[in-house]
Amino acid sequence: MTDFFVIFIGAVLVNNFVLVQFLGLCPFMGVSNKLETAIGMAAATTFVLTLASICSYMVHAWLLEPLGLGFLKTISFILVIAAVVQFAKMFIEKTSPLLYRVLGVFLPLITTNCAVLGVALQNTNKLHSFSQSALYGFGAAIGFSLVLILFSAMRERLAVADVPTHFKGAAIGMITAGLMSLAFMGFAGLV
Amino acid sequence: MLVWLINNPVWGALAVMALLSLVFGAVLGFAAVKYKVEGDPLVEQIDALLPQTQCGQCGHPGCKPYAQAIVDGEAINHCPPGGQSTINALADLLGVEAPSLDAEHGEVTDIKKVAFIREEDCIGCTKCIQACPVDAIVGAQKKMHTIIESECTGCDLCVEPCPVDCIDMLPVTQGVQQWSWQKPSNIIASDRTPAEAAA
Amino acid sequence: MTSTPKPISTVSTIPRNITKTWELPGGVHPAENKSQSLKLPLINCPLADEYILPLNQHIGAPSLPLVRVGDRVKKYQRIADAEGIFSASLHAPTSGLITAIEDRFIAHPSGLKAPCIVLQADGNDEACELIATENPYSLDHPTLIEKIRGAGLVGMGGAGFPSAVKLNPKSSTPIHTLIINGTECEPYITADDILMQTYAEEVIAGSQLLAHILGHSPQVIIGVEDNKPEAITALKAAAQNTNIQIASFPTKYPSGGEKQLIYILTGQEVASGQLPAALGIVLHNVGTTVAAWRAVRYGEPLIERITTIVGQALTTQRNMRVRIGTPIQHVLDHNGYNARRNASLIIGGPMMGFAIEQTSIPVVKTTNCLLVPSHAEMPPAPPAQACIRCGHCADACPAGLLPQQLYWYARADDHSKLKSHNLFDCIECGACAYVCPSTIPLVQYYRSAKGDIRQADLDKKKSDQARERFERRQERLAEEEAAKEAKRQERKAVAERNKARLADINAESTSNTANSRILNDLVANAVDAAAKQTPNPAQEHARLARTLESLNSRIARLEGQISSEQDETRREKFAAQIKQTQQSLNETQTKIAAIGTNTSTVIENQISKVTEKLNASPIDLAQKSLATLQKRLATAEEKWAEAKAEGKATADALTQGVEKLKQKVIEAEQALNAIQQSSAPQSPDQTVNAGTSNDAANAAIERAKQKAQAAAAMTPEQKQAAAIQSLEQRWLKAKERLAKAQEDNDENIEAFAASVEKLEQKMLALQAEGTS
Repeated sequence: MTDFFVIFIGAVLVNNFVLVQFLGLCPFMGVSNKLETAIGMAAATTFVLTLASICSYMVHAWLLEPLGLGFLKTISFILVIAAVVQFAKMFIEKTSPLLYRVLGVFLPLITTNCAVLGVALQNTNKLHSFSQSALYGFGAAIGFSLVLILFSAMRERLAVADVPTHFKGAAIGMITAGLMSLAFMGFAGLV
Repeated sequence: MLVWLINNPVWGALAVMALLSLVFGAVLGFAAVKYKVEGDPLVEQIDALLPQTQCGQCGHPGCKPYAQAIVDGEAINHCPPGGQSTINALADLLGVEAPSLDAEHGEVTDIKKVAFIREEDCIGCTKCIQACPVDAIVGAQKKMHTIIESECTGCDLCVEPCPVDCIDMLPVTQGVQQWSWQKPSNIIASDRTPAEAAA
Repeated sequence: MTSTPKPISTVSTIPRNITKTWELPGGVHPAENKSQSLKLPLINCPLADEYILPLNQHIGAPSLPLVRVGDRVKKYQRIADAEGIFSASLHAPTSGLITAIEDRFIAHPSGLKAPCIVLQADGNDEACELIATENPYSLDHPTLIEKIRGAGLVGMGGAGFPSAVKLNPKSSTPIHTLIINGTECEPYITADDILMQTYAEEVIAGSQLLAHILGHSPQVIIGVEDNKPEAITALKAAAQNTNIQIASFPTKYPSGGEKQLIYILTGQEVASGQLPAALGIVLHNVGTTVAAWRAVRYGEPLIERITTIVGQALTTQRNMRVRIGTPIQHVLDHNGYNARRNASLIIGGPMMGFAIEQTSIPVVKTTNCLLVPSHAEMPPAPPAQACIRCGHCADACPAGLLPQQLYWYARADDHSKLKSHNLFDCIECGACAYVCPSTIPLVQYYRSAKGDIRQADLDKKKSDQARERFERRQERLAEEEAAKEAKRQERKAVAERNKARLADINAESTSNTANSRILNDLVANAVDAAAKQTPNPAQEHARLARTLESLNSRIARLEGQISSEQDETRREKFAAQIKQTQQSLNETQTKIAAIGTNTSTVIENQISKVTEKLNASPIDLAQKSLATLQKRLATAEEKWAEAKAEGKATADALTQGVEKLKQKVIEAEQALNAIQQSSAPQSPDQTVNAGTSNDAANAAIERAKQKAQAAAAMTPEQKQAAAIQSLEQRWLKAKERLAKAQEDNDENIEAFAASVEKLEQKMLALQAEGTS
């Protein structure tokens, strides 16, 4: 049980995929202008990350390993992720057309979100079991959601604040992200 | 079979990839049927943001058709009556950068206008009634027409068809009831130029 | 005592005896500056020469004037009536003459003009007779409300809410508490203080009366800040032997706000967007209370109020009873106003008042203070600095809002965020701006944001309405189109059926019986159609009578023109026209005579025509139509030749007509040939012309679009040139139309001529502008 807890906390805070491992920075900067959008993106990514992590574990453990085709894991993971993202896209388009429209190009771009592939590959490297993989994927997604939502809330306030002209827009966003990253380094000793 | 595949990794790899593709293809095919999207509620949302002057300056006969056109990929900056605020709202809804107004479709005018029929000149030809997109003109054949001011969107479409040129676009008068406070001028002390500070 | 039954007891959530007051969250302590105006006693302001009475001194619809320019009125006479429930009536402050009802500058932060009644005083101050009531408690509830409404009473604390509305709350909660607001928390203002000192008895009497009107015998609390000890003493003395409680509490700005005072006295908070009546509480200003008492007891309408005139730009600072409508200049002149010393002229207090430019503005029902500070007293506000996010404003806000966040969102025009931060609960008290170390004019941001949001909501409402109208119109057009289409289809079907029968007849010409049967059918059809075509004789008669009338008037007009016409040739022309008109007049008359008798003839004609048509072969028909066309062509050519010979302007138009007819003749010939070749009847051309169904709107849109596109690519000079050109085109078109109208002797000649003239003027103006 402690093991699972450690994996979860590790994925959310200590080895946060965005702020500590610097994976998935593209949606982190791109979809954080508005809190609502960020929440939608966070939900979509959580869905995809968890599902992709489970699927890729199954493909790896039950298909590639027995056949000794470990070298195929990267390409088959990409296949898995692409399929899951496509599925998520259809699902969202049906259930929430506005979110679909708002996420726009970023939804298919989850495919190329390095955090997703990163989680799948780390699962195989760390020799996680099925449930551990699922939890690790979910934890990574929660960590991603957490920082994305925090960051978008800050950016919403920054948007109306008096920022010196040269720091307006992306520049102050980068600075904020850097400061957040520094803060998350503080979790390093936690686990 | 399995043993053969293990012994021939190239064929094994091909088989595995084919299998995976088949499985995911089947799943996605199923999803495509199950989650088929019908209609587009987005049109309504866009239509709600447009100013509903029905003036046709965007090149569509009314606001709803333009909303449909936006969903179909037309630029969002073709609406002069809405001005920049409408463009910003649309950009916000659609999650894109807000462009500036496309001058090709006309210029933004800050002054709101309503049409006014000089009633002594009206000959009752009903041409303006046919042109009005919101039925804001009352009148009949050979009877003097007049404009329901509260319904007029100031779209200008009735001016041109009038054979005796008796329709004027008058600016809406701003009375005490419509007046509201202006924002303070945005100059703060540190923004002032040295000359201003000295003065 | 009263005719309306009063419940003996009601459930009250508040203890009867106020021993406790609650402390207002936030708030500030600005310098009070109340002593200056209290040194001198209350006096009457002398009569002015002219009174200006704005029609909208209250929240709600403007009053409707009851007098006309030139009317003589007496003091107290009602001169404007309330328009609906949310309005108030208006009374003459003195006797005199109504000299104007026009737009004048009024006491409003916009500095705009608004409709006012202007009264020239005659100096006699002659009053109407007032209906006093010895015992107001003997009147029933509607009469009391009516008396207060009739006196034009509005909230005199500043908002100007019609008092009668407040006394008749629509809330389902029974009113258990009446609070009389004697707080007067704004610095400088002492009008209510002096009123409570001078009229303590009337305040108490008024409070009891208002409590009586509200019913359910509510508890009455008069709230007074502890910086008015004389007022408290006077009130306490007057309130002996009554169950009215006088609550005094520590001075703090803005305790006098409606929701703030309710919290201070009861500890209850009025929810966002709700009225105090929802909690069972009603609040009235002391000034209103006294005015209500006087209105009911003495029948005296609201024509004067106590106003504080204060500031170092005056030689005397005091309170005055000022008649409503007195120009501010007049009031100031009686107190030694020094315009050069004055920094700005403020109506209301320093916190919530607004500066005005004109001194011709009148004192109105809500004017509680005229503040005329010297430059030293009220230096101009230092420029705003950047917000340092110190949070003092949030501490000072009595409404518990986040002024700093509101400020950022107001600057960014983020309406949804402003709403979610409850901007509309801001009472604009100015406490946040008062404490702001960066001297940011926060309240002005909130006011402008509120205005913008209201405007945006209005626009939204209007655009929704426009959308609905547009969609309904589209539906209607589609329906009309569908109906037309259906009719076309029907006609087509009938034509085809007839054709088929004709073919039958042709085929079975041997069989006489069948032929006659089918013929009978067709004749029956024709009779039906004819009956449909023949309108109701009465209607027909009316129509003809109208035609007759218009013809008669036309003759009269033409005769008039003849007599005034000098030119011989034109006179001849007119004479010819008269002849023509008379002819058609005669025709119409015979038609009228024939009505009723000829219905059957019409049907008979129809029948014979149909039979003829049926019996005729297609070739015959085609030949016949060709013959008619040729005949028409011949006449047209003749006319054209004539016109040409005379050099008339119509020759061109006639040429066109001839051309068209020629074409038609050719077509008819071709058709005849075709029929002769195939000897089969041709079906009439029934194709629906989609092009004509395009409505005028689409065409206009198309033109507008092109225009806009063209305009986009042009420089301003080119644009102007284009504008001139388009005007010129319109002018030419209008001229053409005029020419045509003259030729047809259209009755709208004058309108067309006027439009030509107007367009010409516009064009010239534009050209002049272009050259200058």
